[in-house]
Amino acid sequence: MKNLTLLALDVAKMHGATYADIRIVEEQNESIVIKNGRVEELIASTDYGFGVRVIADGAWGFAGSFLVERGEIERIARLAVEIAKASAMVKKQDVAIAPALVVQTTYRSPVDIDPFEVSLEDKITLLGNAEEIVRKTQGISISSASMNISREKRFFASLEGSYIEQEIIKSGAGLNAIAIKESDIQERSYPNSHGGDSATAGYEFIQGLKLEDNAARIAEEAVQLLSAKECPSGEFTIILDGSQLALQVHESCGHPVELDRVLGTEASFAGTSFLTIDKLNKLQYGSSIININADATIPGALGTFGYDDEGIPAQKFDIIKDGIFVGYLTSRETALVLNKHSNGCMRASGWGRIPLIRMTNVNLLPGDSSLEELIDGVKDGLYLATNRSWSIDDKRLNFQFATQIGWEIKNGKLGAMIKNPNYTGITPEFWNSCDGIAGKDEWKVWGLANCGKGEPMQVAHVAHGTAPARFRNVKVGVGR
Amino acid sequence: MIDKQRIEEALQTAIDYSSADQLEVIASSRSTALTRFSSNYIHQNVSETNMSISIRAIVNKRLGYASTNRLDKDSIKTMVEKATEIASHRPPDPNFVSLPEPRPIIERDLIAASTVECTPERRATDLRKLIDLAAKNNLTAAGSYSTGYNVIGVANTLGVKATTMLSEALLKTVVMSETSSGYGSAIAVDIDVVDVEEIASGAIEKALSSQNPVDLEPGIYTVILEPDAVADMVSFMAFAGFGALSLQESRSFMKDRFGQQIMSPSISIWDDAFDLNTIGLPFDFEGVPKQKVTFIENGMAKGVCYDSYTANKEEKESTGHALPAPNIYGPLPLNLIVAAGNSSLEQMIESSDRAILVSRFHYTNLEDPIKTILTGMTRDGTFLIENGEVKAAVKNLRFTQNIVDALSKIELISADRRLREAFLGGSYIPWLKIGEFNFTGVTQF
Repeated sequence: MKNLTLLALDVAKMHGATYADIRIVEEQNESIVIKNGRVEELIASTDYGFGVRVIADGAWGFAGSFLVERGEIERIARLAVEIAKASAMVKKQDVAIAPALVVQTTYRSPVDIDPFEVSLEDKITLLGNAEEIVRKTQGISISSASMNISREKRFFASLEGSYIEQEIIKSGAGLNAIAIKESDIQERSYPNSHGGDSATAGYEFIQGLKLEDNAARIAEEAVQLLSAKECPSGEFTIILDGSQLALQVHESCGHPVELDRVLGTEASFAGTSFLTIDKLNKLQYGSSIININADATIPGALGTFGYDDEGIPAQKFDIIKDGIFVGYLTSRETALVLNKHSNGCMRASGWGRIPLIRMTNVNLLPGDSSLEELIDGVKDGLYLATNRSWSIDDKRLNFQFATQIGWEIKNGKLGAMIKNPNYTGITPEFWNSCDGIAGKDEWKVWGLANCGKGEPMQVAHVAHGTAPARFRNVKVGVGR
Repeated sequence: MIDKQRIEEALQTAIDYSSADQLEVIASSRSTALTRFSSNYIHQNVSETNMSISIRAIVNKRLGYASTNRLDKDSIKTMVEKATEIASHRPPDPNFVSLPEPRPIIERDLIAASTVECTPERRATDLRKLIDLAAKNNLTAAGSYSTGYNVIGVANTLGVKATTMLSEALLKTVVMSETSSGYGSAIAVDIDVVDVEEIASGAIEKALSSQNPVDLEPGIYTVILEPDAVADMVSFMAFAGFGALSLQESRSFMKDRFGQQIMSPSISIWDDAFDLNTIGLPFDFEGVPKQKVTFIENGMAKGVCYDSYTANKEEKESTGHALPAPNIYGPLPLNLIVAAGNSSLEQMIESSDRAILVSRFHYTNLEDPIKTILTGMTRDGTFLIENGEVKAAVKNLRFTQNIVDALSKIELISADRRLREAFLGGSYIPWLKIGEFNFTGVTQF
């Protein structure tokens, strides 16, 4: 494999590249979906190819191919240089990248049970048992359970001399219950919506989710929601559960601190960011109890890896410190704008896509409260859980989320269940209204396997550590 | 260039290796390139060449799937065996009847040599023009310019065999000032019909006219939606309710409403892959020829689209709207067309005492699929209309709106339409003036 990487680098250099790297990526995936008692999806897939990224004439070029053969590697390396030279026709200045240590190393994510060694029958049984409990609950219209496992081998080499081999295994699963009555559709998911929860871990992670133990509860909640009260409209104190808060962190903090987005490279697609460089170390992003970091080293978290796709080691650093905005996610190119080195956030979704700045594990650090204490401090409010839909403007300011379920809080006690809750706000106003975060005991890392960015679209796997938190004066029941 | 013959050989290889009761194979190759620009320079420039093959094997009503992007004979054989082996591990699906039988396919390739052979230099040269126009107006341009082609083939052991080629050029740009932005786009089979300067000029005009936006209180307003916004809205509605699976699972707003007036009589929506105003495949991912399907006719709920599985469940024929199997969404329309009216954007503005003109939506998402409640933001030019004139650019607004309700309050529809890339494929879409639209929030720009 190393010889193939060296061939690409040599050809790129020979044709004028001043920098080059190559990634050869081999992926193996298995996906199972059981829906309404039948195995809806059972698929094994493999994907293999390579991508060559170069700087030539002071501009970027990238080309990738599925044919990992010497002749094709030579063609693609030449094409990458040709593309870079075309980029140079419309450049402002030569691309520069921050220095990086040259490393020759390997990384393998630890697993207890290789999920590909577990029999299909065992996996179908685990999912089927949980799905059956949901399906047989009176009032359920659609029941489903899903599982995804993957093994990814990445071989990275750069003209600077780095050579890194990584193998990362990921496992995830989830459960869904939908109850429908006329035009009322209610959904509950476990452990989270949008596919459940995932980790860089083996089958032990899926076993640990205990889908079967939670099936009856979510099914019953979905049915109960049909006859629950509608979410009220107005300004309320709200408490968000950890899973919804994970998406809140993702959309209103994780994306706006991607430095490529801040510098405008996503402007025509997903947008830019209100967290412009003049606000660094100045903006009171949130209240003083808000501390958010990025940590690509959390054992088992979905956004954990050894090295990013520029060969930079996984790192841990602050983004929001005591409420002040202090850090970005960076690449080798963008870090130079801050006169810094990359903090290792460049990742590509496969061999055929160029690395972009992506979240790793972006975490709201735990506070010193508890969910019970947070609820105790609310006279008239709402506890909202599990994301149903999400939307945010193109500078990441105005957001609106709907959740699957909520409960009234009256005089410090959880009360009646409410349906169709949603809430909206402006990012810094919202985070500055936070006056309580639960502690370490209730802090958990949530894997998100559907983070989209870039053109061509890339889907990244990221994660967010959160504990329930409380926000004052939030507008809920929007559009009713 | 990877030709049809290679795809046809891959299809036949898979069929020949089959030992399953029935077997379906989808083979595709694609070569795509995309140049991205921002702040008036090219910052990303990529190319990708790939092939893939997907197998669906059926053994005693048990279905197994396998896919790979290695297309040598040994890899195809391995995948056929893998899909067949996987099928044996799952219980039978009593609702599965059969893969589709062969039906006459209209042979059609939508391919332009200029797009297939487009070089990175050609894209850079075109973008130089676009960026220079933006810079002349003290604006910055961002966007993407992609070119490429796909070869898609489908075959099954019942005799279905179909292949087609499709090339596509897509230019998108957002041109920005300090306080505003404007959007322009074009999608075509032939890159030579993409008028880069016209796209740039439209986006520049919008960016210049939407500078220094003022605050506007949210509330219920008459709204004029440009085709990009309408395409977004209609795509989400189609996703929520125009496919047979959503109907069979009782989560479509169309359920129990066929023959009923659910929208304004001026609204008709259908899917037609052969309409030359769209860019469609002649067959679906089961090799079934695409049929024209009318979903809404003169405001009445008329029908939904089917793949073979959902069609067999109702003892109907597939309408040719299968997505690649397996998929959890069921059949969906990818070539939506909304009927034209007889108005124009100018008439819509002149006839409005007070209205909001929306160029485009951003980050729309369904909050409730049956009630079709959609939320999202406006972007790239939002304007207040008063007394028949554009009064001012306004800061972007959030809407939270029942789409079917909105389409029940149609006041005017334009005669002119545009092909727009949307959430579901490419849609051919007019401007709409809607009597009431619920804006529920504002942002700071």
